[in-house]
Amino acid sequence: MTHEQTPHILSYGKLTLVWLTLLALTALTVWVAHHNVGIGHVWGSLAIACLKSGLVIAFFMHMKYEGRLLRWLLFTALAILAIFIGFTFFDVLYR
Amino acid sequence: MSSAEQAQPCTEGGFWRDTGRTGITSWIFSTDHKRIGLLYFYSTFGFFLVGVMLGLLIRLDLMTPASTLMGPQTYNALFTVHGVVMIFLFIIPGMPGAFGNLVMPIQIGARDVAFPRLNLFSWWLYIIGAGIILTSLFTGNGPPDTGWTFYVPFSARTSTNVSLAVLGVFTIGFSSILTGLNFITTIHRLRAEGMTWGRLPLFTWSLYATAWIQLLATPVLGITLALILAERLLGTGLFDPTRGGDPIMYQHLFWIYSHPAVYIMILPGMGVVSDIIPVFARKPIFGYKMIAFSSLAIAAAGSLVWGHHMFTSGMSDTAILVFSFLTFIVAIPSAIKVFNWVSTLYKGSISLEAPMLFALSFILLFSIGGLTGLILGAAATDIHVHDTDFVVGHFHYVMFGGAGFAFIAAMHYWLPKFYGRRYAEKPAIVGWALMFVGFNVLYFSMMVLGLKGMPRRYYHYLPEFAPLNLVATIGSWILALGLIIMLVNLFRGLFRGEPAGDNPWGGATLEWSIPTPPATENFEQEPVVTHGPYDFTRTGEP
Ligand code: HEM
Ligand SMILES: [Cu+2]
Repeated sequence: MTHEQTPHILSYGKLTLVWLTLLALTALTVWVAHHNVGIGHVWGSLAIACLKSGLVIAFFMHMKYEGRLLRWLLFTALAILAIFIGFTFFDVLYR
Repeated sequence: MSSAEQAQPCTEGGFWRDTGRTGITSWIFSTDHKRIGLLYFYSTFGFFLVGVMLGLLIRLDLMTPASTLMGPQTYNALFTVHGVVMIFLFIIPGMPGAFGNLVMPIQIGARDVAFPRLNLFSWWLYIIGAGIILTSLFTGNGPPDTGWTFYVPFSARTSTNVSLAVLGVFTIGFSSILTGLNFITTIHRLRAEGMTWGRLPLFTWSLYATAWIQLLATPVLGITLALILAERLLGTGLFDPTRGGDPIMYQHLFWIYSHPAVYIMILPGMGVVSDIIPVFARKPIFGYKMIAFSSLAIAAAGSLVWGHHMFTSGMSDTAILVFSFLTFIVAIPSAIKVFNWVSTLYKGSISLEAPMLFALSFILLFSIGGLTGLILGAAATDIHVHDTDFVVGHFHYVMFGGAGFAFIAAMHYWLPKFYGRRYAEKPAIVGWALMFVGFNVLYFSMMVLGLKGMPRRYYHYLPEFAPLNLVATIGSWILALGLIIMLVNLFRGLFRGEPAGDNPWGGATLEWSIPTPPATENFEQEPVVTHGPYDFTRTGEP
């Protein structure tokens, strides 16, 4: 396995920074929800959600420091999820 | 055979022998894949019998147009519990849990699955989930009455015990995910030397494709059920249009799992049939690679057709077009399998023993189920037959005539290997014949009824539907009679019949090359595989 033995412990500073970014993004989500911007509303919320989960996966779940196999596995699962969600848009966008 | 030999218990050797623990704990805490397989077999098959009783009760109510046997609420509970039990407690966990566990590790030349303790944990999760579902029937405001699909808005509003039932199904979902994970790892990592991907028995190939669906699709079921709970307990309004929610989104989420789930049910059945047909036709399988490949193709394409359950729900026309088209694509790999089985039979030296009879019925009944599926997958015709008995007939042809008959075929084919004794052939054939006739009388009548407009999930109906409904109910009795004969004969044989021998059918896969019943770790030394799974010139050698 490509998993290196060094335990990559993140500093409190870095973790707090990520946490604050997440909080800010949450505030942004709430703001978007209160402003009617049509279908941009959906795309906006989805983009923010992606960014947030990206941060959580990269730092809190340490994926930024993992080997290639694990990243590919995660990517595949996410790609399949994206396809599932994407296909519901054949319905939602054209109703 | 001497009478002393006859009196011995069936379970004298191999993995039946004492394992250190005694009594029941040597089973429910065992990590041996064969013991876990039998645990799954008894529990899933037990629930199948429960489901059959419920089905017979439904049919009894439908015997006459205005039966006074039960009220509407009881009827709603009955078809819901029948559906939930059959789907989540029998047909999804049954084949991988029972025969996947019993046979797959031996077929690839392994001592056990990759994670034996996780395997035991999967069974426990299944039992806990089943316990929760059973509890939901007898507590609170009575058994759930939503149908097995738990559609909102009704499932969010009804006061019956939906929350508990949903929690039980949720738990069972995790059992299924872990089995999938275990099997994928096992098939990748534990194949014996010489067991290349091109020599994998087709039953194992089908379990491999199934395992990927279990792993990737089941989490969506978990999320969907969790959202019902959120809706019921927290009132989130996710599916409530008056609060910005979308009820159709529920149907998307539900079917994103539940359509692929029909392939979890049918693919292992197809694998069983692919293993049985060549053995009883005494001919190598026709188109090995295409059968293996079509399992993967079905798993992939079948994940993108869920919308065909929603043509009448108010989904957009674009989506109807896309999902209808994709549904027709799945017919191609399915037909590839059917053509390959038939080509295997062609000019074979066919021996019509019980496993073969069930496997041959699978081909016919599955084909009828699959072709009527295209009538439902074509958007225009579906409008007419949606939510009628035509649908009920169709999916029983696939799930019972297909997956269910394959399960029974597997019981007749593999159980003698594990119990060490075999059943009598004649009563098995009588049982099969009655089941086959009863099945068609029952469900063909229901399909015709559906075409005439008989709705599903109704406890009373118009008098014009009475004659065929009576025929269908009589069919259900013939089916039940056949089932009883089949079961009595099978189990009497397994416990008291003639010794089965190591290779009763002349199979060439690895499970037939080891002693009957198999030893605890299957192989004395790790086998080196030298030939393909259907090379009958080399039966008995690894
Ligand atoms: C003797 C055996 C069986 C009989 C007599 C039977 C009978 C029926 C009948 C009459 C219905 C329709 C109820 C209605 O719509 O009003 C039904 C529904 C259903 N059956 Fe069966 N069935 C049997 C076996 C099976 C098997 C083996 C499976 C699956 C493996 C199965 C799965 C289902 C499902 C999922 C439903 C739909 C429930 C719902 O509408 O929510 N059944 N059955
Ligand atoms: Cu479907």
